[in-house]
Amino acid sequence: MLWQDLNRNGNRLRRAGWPGSIWREMDRMQREMNRLLGQSRLVAPGFPATNVWSGADSVIVTAEVPGVDPEQLEISVVNETLALSGERNLVELGENEKYHRRERGYGRFSRTIQLPFRVAADQVEASFTNGVLHITLPRAEEDRPKKITVKAA
Amino acid sequence: MSEHTTVEMELEKQEVETPEGMERVRNRRVYIPRVDIYESGDNVILLADMPGVGSDGVDITLEKNELTIKGYVQYNLPNDHDLAYAEYGIGDYERSFVLSEEVDRDRIEATMKHGVLRLVLPKAESVRLRKIAVKSA
Repeated sequence: MLWQDLNRNGNRLRRAGWPGSIWREMDRMQREMNRLLGQSRLVAPGFPATNVWSGADSVIVTAEVPGVDPEQLEISVVNETLALSGERNLVELGENEKYHRRERGYGRFSRTIQLPFRVAADQVEASFTNGVLHITLPRAEEDRPKKITVKAA
Repeated sequence: MSEHTTVEMELEKQEVETPEGMERVRNRRVYIPRVDIYESGDNVILLADMPGVGSDGVDITLEKNELTIKGYVQYNLPNDHDLAYAEYGIGDYERSFVLSEEVDRDRIEATMKHGVLRLVLPKAESVRLRKIAVKSA
């Protein structure tokens, strides 16, 4: 699985502070991703294209869904699986209207994304800004690693 | 990872190629937005996908008959999280078109909603008059 491979190498991506331009940093990460993926371009296996950010106790999934009404977006979480579905509506043209160019896709879509851990489904938060979906998925309490303090004898 | 999609579209974002010897002023990636263009009565409507661009991040210029749309992405990268898996890059958008018909530049309307730019380009009066004349002949 791609996810697991990447997750194993995830520590390489750990940044030292937040130096210089955020975009330079983004570029660097992207180069790193490209190297990890062994390709020069990023290719999404389905619509919408998603990026996954991992943190200590949560994962953030972002997806580009321009032109999709947020009310028509369905997000569901079952255990370690995130399901995303929705619809992008087609502009219906009248009789006297005609297309000159048509490159944007439309229709129903659905995708499932495997997460690295069980998620506290009731604490999942999603926001939608300018056609970008942002989902924060906290790790389930019972799934978090337990810290064990060593008692001095 | 599994997926099922009925959306017909090319899934990759296409990056603008910078000509050799040229450098961009901004240190960001630039992508070519996908567009639909259709004619509706006296208007030409252009829709462009620019996810991450808000209504104040759009720059539209019309010089002679060359229309350029630019979208500057506004993005908050997650704090305390590392990018673990990426399918899309983040950057600005830019694309130019040569218009075949004259456009009334004072009445161009642009709106941005859910990351899609909608541009209404009204045909210039002279073009419309010419058309009316043809109809009545």
